[in-house]
Amino acid sequence: MFFGRCDLALDADPARRLLPWLVAMIVYLAGLSLAGMMSLASAVERWDTGLKGTVTVQVPPGAFRASGGAMEKLLPLLRKTQGVVAARALSKAETAALLEPWLGEEALGADLPLPRLIDVKVRTDPGPDLKALATALSAVVPGTIVDDHRKSLDRLITFARSVELVAIAIVILVALAAVATMAFITRTGLAIHRDGIELLHLMGAFDGYVARQFQGQALGLGLKGGAIGTALTVVTVAALSHMAGAVGAGLLPRLDLGLTQWLVLAAVPLGVTAIAMITTHVTVLRALKRLP
Amino acid sequence: MVRFQNVGMRYGLGSEVLQDINFELRLGSFHFLSGASGAGKSSLLKLIYLAHRPSHGLITLFDCDVTIAPRRELALIRRRIGVVFQDFRLLDHLSVIENVALPGKIKGENWDTIAGHAAELLAWVGLGDCIDASPLTLSGGQKQRVAIARAVISRPEILLADEPTGNVDDDIAVRLLHLFEELNRLGTTVLIATHNENLMNRFDHPRLHLAGGELSGPFGRPSQHTETA
Repeated sequence: MFFGRCDLALDADPARRLLPWLVAMIVYLAGLSLAGMMSLASAVERWDTGLKGTVTVQVPPGAFRASGGAMEKLLPLLRKTQGVVAARALSKAETAALLEPWLGEEALGADLPLPRLIDVKVRTDPGPDLKALATALSAVVPGTIVDDHRKSLDRLITFARSVELVAIAIVILVALAAVATMAFITRTGLAIHRDGIELLHLMGAFDGYVARQFQGQALGLGLKGGAIGTALTVVTVAALSHMAGAVGAGLLPRLDLGLTQWLVLAAVPLGVTAIAMITTHVTVLRALKRLP
Repeated sequence: MVRFQNVGMRYGLGSEVLQDINFELRLGSFHFLSGASGAGKSSLLKLIYLAHRPSHGLITLFDCDVTIAPRRELALIRRRIGVVFQDFRLLDHLSVIENVALPGKIKGENWDTIAGHAAELLAWVGLGDCIDASPLTLSGGQKQRVAIARAVISRPEILLADEPTGNVDDDIAVRLLHLFEELNRLGTTVLIATHNENLMNRFDHPRLHLAGGELSGPFGRPSQHTETA
């Protein structure tokens, strides 16, 4: 139908035929960066929530051997401490299971001296005075360490935030690349169809009429490329999630995304298409301003 | 309707191709614009259909000073002017009827209405059997007739034609001139640039003559509508 058809033969432009694939790549890169960023943010939140309200008391192997009945001395003291909700000594097998992903089954099979751990649940507001608790425990069993995980968690959070910033930078760069690509393709189209554009202009077409021709193309091709890029992102995230699961839950953050995060990923092609349309519109209008 | 006051024009930084042009075309007039090749006929038409800006002077179209008119206003003025370009300027990926209907589409008119008008006009210029053809398959003369149909479909108030009979034989040229006269009778102001002396001699219309970038001739005289030969 003529009224739905573009007055300019934009379909024939070589650069425009590449556009869906360029958009697909842009969407794919942005999608992967966002998926990585969101998984990491979720993992950090899970770690933070999981470790909040827990303290680990560590009794080094030497200290455990030297002071006979260390657990019997430490557990009652812990349970009596204000702010402590519960204290449970981990068996040797449980400790070994925690270390297995890092050391391997064979190393643990040998007579490896392992620290003994006590899992302590504490109130968070107000919590126990950990410094005083550490001093009291060391007095009973010298060498005992109280670890509230804060130091390692803070380092992990700092690292995660840095990765998030890198991901955001990638998304911004990808958006800029989308703008540059669209501006370049549109300028090429304007050069190729200069005569046709001038004809429409001389027939009294408003600038917006000509811009809409290019915009309509950008919308169609952008959505096509966006669908391809999103499909590739979903497949990659699913594959990585599956592989991470196979490696082991303890070593890698889970890659499974929630509904909101999937919605964010679904918005990526729409965002890229919107960028394509706006860039096209602005580029065409700026070029048309040069016509009398 | 069209008034030029001390208008000059140049391309880029080159010398002026038109110098101090002064003339007026009144509503309903019919003029030929004559002059040798390179005399500036096409340049003068470009100034009228707003494809180029003057280097100096004042151009008034439909009582509007186009040198200061806002962009949107200029687009609306262009819609009141029909142009037959020397090089036809047809869009090859559109069919013949779509090319002719294009001005209506730009104005946002209903497709059925403009398609009906376009088909009628194409039949009138002898192309009724190739409305769905691609312009690529047409001869030079056929393309010219499509271009003419496109220029007149919106009943323009001013019709400008740049060598409209350059690619057609004498019979068709006379027929086309009659079409222009018919439009002129309906109130369209017509200005035809041509160097075809024979054709101009066959119709009794005033001439504007361009030579060396300067214009001479009777201005603003109403059309006689008579073929003298």
